[in-house]
Amino acid sequence: MAESSWLTKFPQMDRVDLLEIRKGLDSAYREFSREYGEVIESVFDPLLTFLVWFEKLLLTTPWFIVIVAVAALVYLVSRSWKLSLGVVVSFLAIGYFGMWDNTMRTLSIITVCTLMAIGLGIPIGIVMARSDKARSVITPLLDIMQTMPAFVYLIPVVMLLGIGKIPGVIAVIIYAIPPVIRLTNLGIRLVDSEVMEAATAYGANPTQRLFGVQLPLAMPTIMAGINQTIMMALSMVVIASMIGVKGLGQPVLKSITNQYFTLGLFNGLAIVALAIIFDRVSQAYAKRTQRHMQGIENA
Amino acid sequence: MPEPLITIEGLYKVFGSKPESVMPMVHEGRSKDDILAETGHTLGLKDINLTINKGEIFVIMGLSGSGKSTLIRHFNRLIDPTEGVIKVEDTDVMKLPPKELEHFRRHKMSMVFQRFGLMPHRTVLENVGYGLSIQGQGKAVWSAKAKEWLETVGLAGYEAQYPAQLSGGQQQRVGLARALCTDAEILLMDEAFSALDPLIRSEMQDQLIELQDTLHKTIIFITHDLDEALRIGDRIAILKDGEMVQQGTPDDILLNPANDYVEAFVKDVNRARALTVETVMKPPSRRITADTIEEALIQMKAIKGDYGYYVNDDGYQGVVTQDALEACCDDTSTSQEMDDTVWEDLPSISPDAMLESVIPETLDADYSLPVVDEDGNLKGELSKSNLAEVLGGADKKAEE
Repeated sequence: MAESSWLTKFPQMDRVDLLEIRKGLDSAYREFSREYGEVIESVFDPLLTFLVWFEKLLLTTPWFIVIVAVAALVYLVSRSWKLSLGVVVSFLAIGYFGMWDNTMRTLSIITVCTLMAIGLGIPIGIVMARSDKARSVITPLLDIMQTMPAFVYLIPVVMLLGIGKIPGVIAVIIYAIPPVIRLTNLGIRLVDSEVMEAATAYGANPTQRLFGVQLPLAMPTIMAGINQTIMMALSMVVIASMIGVKGLGQPVLKSITNQYFTLGLFNGLAIVALAIIFDRVSQAYAKRTQRHMQGIENA
Repeated sequence: MPEPLITIEGLYKVFGSKPESVMPMVHEGRSKDDILAETGHTLGLKDINLTINKGEIFVIMGLSGSGKSTLIRHFNRLIDPTEGVIKVEDTDVMKLPPKELEHFRRHKMSMVFQRFGLMPHRTVLENVGYGLSIQGQGKAVWSAKAKEWLETVGLAGYEAQYPAQLSGGQQQRVGLARALCTDAEILLMDEAFSALDPLIRSEMQDQLIELQDTLHKTIIFITHDLDEALRIGDRIAILKDGEMVQQGTPDDILLNPANDYVEAFVKDVNRARALTVETVMKPPSRRITADTIEEALIQMKAIKGDYGYYVNDDGYQGVVTQDALEACCDDTSTSQEMDDTVWEDLPSISPDAMLESVIPETLDADYSLPVVDEDGNLKGELSKSNLAEVLGGADKKAEE
């Protein structure tokens, strides 16, 4: 009977062997994190200091100053009174419903994550656009980052760095960075080849071509990528709260376990409000910097 | 004596993953289709040899797929050849390291593109000044120059517009101004006028010819339109499937097509608009220079036909017929001097005139028309049958 069992049952490897592999890998990684965990943690120390400082800044500054500052920033970027007014109203509502502190915490970590994702993502996207080899290596990595469940890569991160802000930031960035990389690459590759030829023909060097032609012309696409990155970063807030990132995610988590529907809804809405603000502001900024597109729209 | 500026020798371009590996096949003389079928490589250009002189408009013409756009991109190495030498003056362009190649592109050559190649995020003024700003010139310098050139091409007042706000013709004027703004000696024009309406296109051709009269640039112009090539070219090279079929002056190409391919091309050309009288006239055989009627009659006997063109020290005077001369003989003594009672007025035509402009006169006249230059010298003659033969085209030629 034993001979024909492979017909009905997949001939899998021996249970003992499988256990050995798991044990081996687990203990190897544990060894590694014990050995190097502290070194790696210290690498992230400056980032942690900054995160703590920024969060404290938002929390200790009187609320009305924060609102005025944010509204002013929004106006500066978008030049739209309506948008600035909307921001003020939603912040007042958030504060009135008792979510001010958590919103500030989320705002601080999302801002840092987004800036880091952009700062890392655009250069990676540029590299990807310049070399087909780089693209063939990076594309599958991005696929993994986007499809691998967040919990899976949270395990080694938490094993290595413990629970707290830094693993949270890393998890958010891993999840949120692919769009900005992909769309930077795409935007640069889509730049009209004749315009690039013109730049080359007039003797532009690679740097002049990148900053004078490719990036400005790829900007609408890159901005779409940045936008997606911001949205995805915000959607990670709840998962990040599972590894100790304070903010709007924690009450949501609490309401899942305790079935507090209204608490969850309010905090969820606050996340949505932040997302809309980020989205509208970045869109308005993009539109304002793409003045040359107006001619096309009007024509 | 024309002074050569650009020389291209033995230029080959093969597209594919390993171009060098198929070069032996190319040198064996295998056909383009053979090479493609056997190796998957496309032979883009085959053994191109060219000399382009200073100050001329050199037109490279061919249909799409003939390799003309590939060829023009070799001049500034937007495309690197698989084999061959490109020399501008004494610089071997192929041997320039990247930095010097950039310098060469910035100062020696500029380029006008078929779809304009303007930068949509820069204003018209910034586009025109692009070449200079890439050279590292300050904004004050390039914007002043760019403004001048915009005026020259007739776009003053459009400085702050974006390219998308301009019409096609205007955009190509910006492209032309951008190319002229760097003061580069060589102008590469890749189907520069092909994307424009016929009317705008001929306007731009006029403008180019006009500019060239004052600037004397060396212009390499790509086109698929033979009429355009004949109109603006000092010399024309015809490409077919990556091979040079014929090189020569417009008249050469029209009157002595090298093979069936060129002939087929030339057939559809409006010759009346492309050829001058000088290129089709016959040498003068009816010159009468005698002082007296008697001598004139003797000269007339030597002429085939019964009339001649009377030329004295003041140049061409008119037509003299045998009948008129004989009538005079009957009346008076044959030693009478030639005077204006003997000859009739007959309009002469200029050797530089386009055939088109002399068709009515030639057809109206009873005689062949004399071709006379500005100084009154008799240069040749143009008959109706002469005209018919040339305008009749290649078919007629083949029958003869």
